[in-house]
Amino acid sequence: MQAKGKVIKYGDNIDTDIIIPARYLNIMDRRELASHCMEDLDADFSKKVESGDVIVAGSNFGCGSSREHAPQVIKDSGISCVIAESFARIFFRNAINIGLPIVECPEAAKAIACGDEVEINFDTGEIKDITLNKSFRAQPFPEFLQNMINAGGLINYINKEI
Amino acid sequence: MGMTMSQKILAAHTGQSELSAGELIEADIDLVLGNDITSPVAIREMERTKAGQVYDREKVVLVMDHFVPNKDIKSAENAKTCREFACRQCIKHFYDVGKMGIEHALIPEKGLCVPGDLVVGADSHTVTYGALGAFSTGVGSTDMAAAMATGKLWFKVPRAIKIELKGKPSKYVTGKDLILYIIGMIGVDGALYESMEFCGEGVKELSMDDRLAVCNMAIEAGGKNGIFPVDDITLEYVAEHLSEKNRAVLGEKASKEEIKAAVGKTIGRIYEADEDAEYEKELVIDLSELKPTVSFPHLPSNARTVEEAEKLGVKLDQVVIGSCTNGRISDMRQAAEILRGRKVAENLRCIIIPATQDIYLQAMREGLLEIFIEAGAIVSTPTCGPCLGGYMGILADGERCLSTTNRNFVGRMGAKTSEVYLAGPYVAAAGAVTGYITSPESLV
Repeated sequence: MQAKGKVIKYGDNIDTDIIIPARYLNIMDRRELASHCMEDLDADFSKKVESGDVIVAGSNFGCGSSREHAPQVIKDSGISCVIAESFARIFFRNAINIGLPIVECPEAAKAIACGDEVEINFDTGEIKDITLNKSFRAQPFPEFLQNMINAGGLINYINKEI
Repeated sequence: MGMTMSQKILAAHTGQSELSAGELIEADIDLVLGNDITSPVAIREMERTKAGQVYDREKVVLVMDHFVPNKDIKSAENAKTCREFACRQCIKHFYDVGKMGIEHALIPEKGLCVPGDLVVGADSHTVTYGALGAFSTGVGSTDMAAAMATGKLWFKVPRAIKIELKGKPSKYVTGKDLILYIIGMIGVDGALYESMEFCGEGVKELSMDDRLAVCNMAIEAGGKNGIFPVDDITLEYVAEHLSEKNRAVLGEKASKEEIKAAVGKTIGRIYEADEDAEYEKELVIDLSELKPTVSFPHLPSNARTVEEAEKLGVKLDQVVIGSCTNGRISDMRQAAEILRGRKVAENLRCIIIPATQDIYLQAMREGLLEIFIEAGAIVSTPTCGPCLGGYMGILADGERCLSTTNRNFVGRMGAKTSEVYLAGPYVAAAGAVTGYITSPESLV
């Protein structure tokens, strides 16, 4: 599996209230919800984001609430992958459970700049910054998580098991 | 090699005698929790599973607390989805308006979590029940769906930070001040993916309400769970908050001492960390050295002592006293101690929210609500409302709120230029009186 796109870059501790403010959590329509993604930090996000774009961020991405709406709005905005120095625990689980590709790689997250073109190979863990002509290697997921990702998320995975 | 207290609980729920940090496991779940925001998504996902129904109708708890009483039509629809699901699946523990309270105050109060339990909830503050010696952690809606359908969930066995407490806290220093101090020290990702295991002679100086507040905010340091050892204070709490089910097991006439003796045998299990357990980090905190603490915008780790904060002359527009962190009866008593015979400052809104119906009633019987209303504060029915910028106290552009809640992120309580300062009830109430962040000592 691969992803390729232009980078939108953010800093450390991007919390779930920034990703999708709680005032919108009563919205069940996913397209409407996604239109509010990142709006308190980056008001133009939903206008400028293009399908395939990659978010690159610092440490503790997705900290705060357990709201699954956070990875969901990122996915529904068309983001193909989030690369961060580290992810908050619940966000990490939620992203895998709903099938939003994420990669933890501090070196890549530090080096890649906003607007760069990047390519991610999820099978090998290779992240290539085409603009900088530089490659990085992330730890691939353990087999158990890789199986869940390949199944298309947790529910499909347990449906195979039940 | 020895195991931490958290690792022992996880091991017991996988049927393995030994686990080590980093292992991926599948564990049996004792209780699955959701609220009116996270459950609708979980319900949709659970109905997609082959099982299609909950694994045990007595082990799923749904609490309508975030936007309930319904704040608008969309919230009403979400609550209705939960209500209909609870009815369809015969969920025993469905708490709606009139019975509900803020979930993390309600569940310990109803005795639904006991020492040694493994609890997951689709709410990040599910970490609260570690105060009872349980392993309890937050998950998302899809995890909640999987746990509801199968009674199992995957975990990565966490490493731990050992936090040894000693000494006795001084007047006006509460569990909230301790956890804000710790987050200030280790940062908002200082315990990422890890357990925060509390121990030491200082534990006995913390009431159950203090411990619940401490564990509640373990997530604000990135922690997977926070956990306290089980001692006599825990046993007293369990005896005073026995679930109907456990009451039936022990018999109506069981005395408090009999109930306490049953904890670890017929009610829950008591675990202790091994002496040779490995810890990622060890901290020692002398409670007697702590000061009332305030976390400045926009991270819970921006902690300062209230004395420092007072010197800065931070003017307030609103004070909120409540939430799953500080909406319990001792919090209400602390707020009342400060507000008794005093008035809320001019041009300041003070919103007080007892976390459950029982706490509300108790506060009423003790005359606390009268003190609040006479001081010029308002008292609301239980709700998470303002904490997450839902309703019942949203901030306008540039407004400042001193709050006993748990997060002060950008826009958390309303407009994105508004500011939230976090503190315990004594400090919050003192701020309500003067209109500025103020040490409770300065009022005496």
